[in-house]
Amino acid sequence: MSGSTTMARALNTALRDAMRADPTVHVFGEDVGQLGGVFRITDGLAAEFGEDRCADTPLAEAGILGTAVGMAMYGLRPVVEMQFDAFAYPAFEQLVDHVAKMRNRTRGNLPMPITIRVPYGGGIGGVEHHSDSSEAYYVHTPGLHVVSSATVADAYGLLRQSIASDDPVIFLEPKRLYWTREDWAPQAPVEPIGRAVVRRSGTSVVLVTYGQTVPVCMEAAALAQADGRDVSVIDLRSLVPFDEETVYAAVRRAGRAVVVHEASGFAGVGAEIAARISENCFHHLEAPVLRVTGFDVPYPPPMLERHHLPGTDRVLDAIERLQWADDIERAWHAVSA
Amino acid sequence: MTVVTAAAEPRPTIADHTTLLPGDEPVRILGTDQASTIDSGLVRGLYRQLVLGRRFNRQVTALTKQGRLAVYPSTTGQEACQVGAAAVLGPQDWLFPTYRDTLSVVLRGVDPVETLTLLRGDWHTGYDSRVHRVAPLCTPLATHCPHAVGLAHAARLRGDDVVTLALVGDGATSEGDFHEALNFAAVYQSPTVFFVQNNRYAISVPLSKQTAAPSLAHKGIGYGIPGVLVDGNDVLAVHTVLTEAMERARAGGGPTLVEALTYRIDAHTNADDATRYRTDDEVAFWQERDPVTLLERHLRETGMLDSDTERRARDAAEEMAADLRTRLGVDATPDPMDLFRHVYAEQTPQLREQQTRLAAELAAESELAGGGQ
Repeated sequence: MSGSTTMARALNTALRDAMRADPTVHVFGEDVGQLGGVFRITDGLAAEFGEDRCADTPLAEAGILGTAVGMAMYGLRPVVEMQFDAFAYPAFEQLVDHVAKMRNRTRGNLPMPITIRVPYGGGIGGVEHHSDSSEAYYVHTPGLHVVSSATVADAYGLLRQSIASDDPVIFLEPKRLYWTREDWAPQAPVEPIGRAVVRRSGTSVVLVTYGQTVPVCMEAAALAQADGRDVSVIDLRSLVPFDEETVYAAVRRAGRAVVVHEASGFAGVGAEIAARISENCFHHLEAPVLRVTGFDVPYPPPMLERHHLPGTDRVLDAIERLQWADDIERAWHAVSA
Repeated sequence: MTVVTAAAEPRPTIADHTTLLPGDEPVRILGTDQASTIDSGLVRGLYRQLVLGRRFNRQVTALTKQGRLAVYPSTTGQEACQVGAAAVLGPQDWLFPTYRDTLSVVLRGVDPVETLTLLRGDWHTGYDSRVHRVAPLCTPLATHCPHAVGLAHAARLRGDDVVTLALVGDGATSEGDFHEALNFAAVYQSPTVFFVQNNRYAISVPLSKQTAAPSLAHKGIGYGIPGVLVDGNDVLAVHTVLTEAMERARAGGGPTLVEALTYRIDAHTNADDATRYRTDDEVAFWQERDPVTLLERHLRETGMLDSDTERRARDAAEEMAADLRTRLGVDATPDPMDLFRHVYAEQTPQLREQQTRLAAELAAESELAGGGQ
């Protein structure tokens, strides 16, 4: 069966299939029961599996994640929803001190197979505290896997893999893409967590991105093609583990790279990737690795967010700043004249 | 006038809630008529554990001063709470201790050296939590309370007879996780007992700066949880109150908050100087109410403490202390490569690379050490 499906529906199907396949999978969080979640990702689960398997909780994120730790200690496989990116912060201590460290400090005796779903990012007209891109906090914490889907197939496949994983996974759901539609065949196999996917293959520039900004990069790549730039787009899919092999291979071939994400740039994921590319592909680079990111400001209000979000123009501009040979020739002619 | 009600939900009336309040005085048994009604075998057993517990605190404190442990937060003066907590657990129940509760973990049956692994300065929690049904020692305050609720909730969902007992100190009752855990436990009606050992100080900060509540047990009523106040130096009272709370949880009656009034005779840890924030008179007052002395007095008065009982209790304690000296006298030799082995179920390529780097450094080090001979 295939058809036009939204990412929201694929995520919902992934949760349902995981709960059908494994009775230890429990879904809980704020408004996930009767309401089906504010984004309807848990729609119908309480009706099918009962309130013991899909439960509304008190409004307290540390309590939600803390009880998930206890349930995981008893052998359950909790899937918790943090209603919005910025609402996950109260759970930070549980995440950093317990979820991320429990396996290590118990020498594997108490694994934490917990999936923490976090709708993230802006572009949906959300008022303050509803549009953060918080991935840098998570990737800096050893013990967590951090995953983000950009396609409908990945939304289903990566969420199933995250739930099945014996490691804790921060599953970043790009809010802006919830309602994008794609033809999708359920059960279509996807690459495992930890593998990046080349969404578009080109020979002159590599755009490295994930989640919310994958469609932006795809559009920018198509536009750049018209200008004669043959652009690759790599969808990382998982930030931890980071698939350096795929990224380095593409960058070594092209010699130019731009990292694109919506989160603020300073000390962000893009900084890490740019540094690693520089360390590992230095002799193949024709230009410094550039970053296109959100500004280093608190996420702006709906009236101003379009100025903050990296769009195709900003990506195209970065591509043009990659010290192309024709620029150098132009500069040379300017000097000699 | 029409009274408009929200969708009818079964909840107790406000009048019922008065039963959730603790009594004006802490529950005491020693020195009352009730003391003689308690099974003498149980009393003798608790006595042996108190003697063992005191010796454990003394011995581990001494070994820490000798540099055999990195740090030791002692429960000297709080042994009645530690003994009571361990004694009320069934084999299927789970204990959730803090870093100060090593004694209760040992009395639960975990090997003392394994129990002290983290405090020796090693990298892991030592004992296998699943085998002993004892959660790892928890250092971040009150963060293990929601774990105790989650585990009890999970067990109940599976239809298993498990009660969880979470230990916390007075300072931790100011932490958000404590309150979230109480609330989740009450809403889920999870079989969890919260046992606050109020030892009057959070490192140096006295209870008066920690709370304005009439007692910490009063914090239960806001969540619909009964609060019970008990004399934490009266081991018979602690055992009785905790047993009732555990039985109530086991029977489906939900969580209980128990506050034990006790005192930390030692400093916060060996690294702390308690003379900076409390007086000798205060310490002397509490030494008069020492939990071991209180029970001994009762046993003497009732003729239950014959020289044989006393000698056997002390011999067992000395045997344990000697074993601690022997085994903690041997240096632990953690393998540096273990730093990488359990971070993930599935190793990341980045960690594999770092692991290789450390292995090379270790090889170079050992070559250098070998080459020097």
